[in-house]
Amino acid sequence: MKNNEIRDLIQHNIKNKSHFSDKAMPLFFLTMALISVLTTFGIVYTLVVDAFKFFANVPLSEVFSTRLQPLSANPSFGILPLLNGTILTTIIAMIVAVPVGMAAAIYLSQFASKKLRKMLKPILEILAGIPTIVYGFFAYSVVTPILMTLIPSLEPKNVLSPGLVMGIMIIPMVASLSEDAMNAVPSIMKDGATGLGSTKLETTFKVVIPAAISGIMSSIVLAISRAIGETMIVTIASGSSKRFTFDITQSMQTMTSYIVEFTSGDAGSGTVGYYSLYAVGLILFIFTLTMNLIAQYITKKYGERY
Amino acid sequence: MKDNNMDIVYDVKGLNLWYGDNQALKDINMKIEKNKITAIIGPSGCGKSTFVKTLNRMIENVDGVRTSGEILYYGDDIFTNKLKVEELRTRVGMVFQKPNPFPKSIYENVVYGPKIHGIKDKKLLMKITEESLRGAALWDEVKDRLNENAYSLSGGQQQRLCIARSMAVNPEVILMDEPTSALDPVATMKIEELMEDLKKDYTVVIVTHNMQQAARISDKTAFFLNGELIEFDVTSKIFGTPKDQRTEDYITGRFG
Ligand SMILES: Nc1ncnc2c1ncn2[C@@H]1O[C@H](COP(=O)(O)OP(=O)(O)OP(=O)(O)O)[C@@H](O)[C@H]1O
Ligand SMILES: [Mg+2]
Repeated sequence: MKNNEIRDLIQHNIKNKSHFSDKAMPLFFLTMALISVLTTFGIVYTLVVDAFKFFANVPLSEVFSTRLQPLSANPSFGILPLLNGTILTTIIAMIVAVPVGMAAAIYLSQFASKKLRKMLKPILEILAGIPTIVYGFFAYSVVTPILMTLIPSLEPKNVLSPGLVMGIMIIPMVASLSEDAMNAVPSIMKDGATGLGSTKLETTFKVVIPAAISGIMSSIVLAISRAIGETMIVTIASGSSKRFTFDITQSMQTMTSYIVEFTSGDAGSGTVGYYSLYAVGLILFIFTLTMNLIAQYITKKYGERY
Repeated sequence: MKDNNMDIVYDVKGLNLWYGDNQALKDINMKIEKNKITAIIGPSGCGKSTFVKTLNRMIENVDGVRTSGEILYYGDDIFTNKLKVEELRTRVGMVFQKPNPFPKSIYENVVYGPKIHGIKDKKLLMKITEESLRGAALWDEVKDRLNENAYSLSGGQQQRLCIARSMAVNPEVILMDEPTSALDPVATMKIEELMEDLKKDYTVVIVTHNMQQAARISDKTAFFLNGELIEFDVTSKIFGTPKDQRTEDYITGRFG
């Protein structure tokens, strides 16, 4: 019987199949995963060690003060001006990036024709690939002058303009990742809602977005982390004023641009100013870590599993 | 102890299965005979799919599943690793309740199994494709479009493609979980006709909600209720003179 020839051949093949790669490959993957985890630990370790040298020399009351004058004869290392600069630019960026990015994602994934989506998505991805220094230059030499005509009191270096431009820079990321998440919602799930007479809009908000929430949340968190860590735009367009103020028309310094200023300047190794860089780096890291934890919590709480 | 009776494919002994704390199979004892069609019937949620998925250990992919008891496949306990799980699943094919073709061409779907099991000869692969698709009563409909994506087929055609895909590795047993619930009456009839032929080469275990189907095609029928095997006997006896009142109630449609 010919059928049994094939059966015998296949069974012969399974019996003699080498399971080397079935066993070796997972080990290889594990090694790679360990390498990435260990490097991360290494980086965090050096950050923590040198940051501690800073905290050993500077009292906490000074760290959490608003006076940042690292180079004065009587130096003071208050972090609040930097935190303030970082948080304000990030908030402005999110106010731009989240609504615009989400709306674009909803349009692309739910309403746009297949053809249009195929055209628009690569354009979004090109936008995401523009070097940040270009955005920084754009903020300083185009956006700030335009804003100055609207707000005469705006300083040439200010927080508003780089915040807005950073938002624009992040839109493609939010849009693209959220769009992927919404596209991944199985169509039978949408059919369930449309079959009950929901409009496309209702289906989008009641079924698709809840189902895709974990992907959407992670796109927003990535966006926030990106804004917190963004360096070039703020260094160029927001200046290096170490004032503590909530006035977004003024110049402020962010944590990242503080690091730029000091590493390109003359922070001698071993000085308190030098170790302050690690302290700022550590705080930046704690920020992004917290963001990730928040995202995980939200996903767990609101994510619908399917 | 080796069971040397080659006519018994599966010998299930004292099988219990839990999803977490919820017991879905209770002390199942059952012998499945070679080259016979065994039908499994019972109301929704009684554990039919669970039982069938246990036979090829697919159930282990579900988190929190625990089993006790043994299932002998030609005398070897499938839960010991004497028989590798991949080998078991090659020798015991499965067709699922919902069609689940791969997002590849019709041809690639059919030859997936033979290819991963080391068959490279193009001619042989083509021969397997034709035989399997004929076996699943799909050949005439797709012979001119083997390179089209499987998702361009209708739901019923997709299901027959999945049957063909499982036949392509020439398993000894085919497990089918409500394979015709997505098919129209004509396609269903084709599958049922094909069952008679399949019996020569395969042992078939089929879950069905369709009493007539079970009565028409199967040699033996097992009636499950709330995770228990209530009655297991020659099909004509189950449908003619059931011993258990609950079996009679179910097949006469008094509940379920
Ligand atoms: N993945 C799972 N996790 C937890 N419990 C499950 C899971 N799958 C099934 N069950 C439970 O096990 C029991 C048996 O389910 P099973 O799917 O085997 O029923 P069935 O007889 O195939 O039903 P149907 O005819 O509706 O397909 C049910 O009570 C079900 O709730
Ligand atoms: Mg089932």
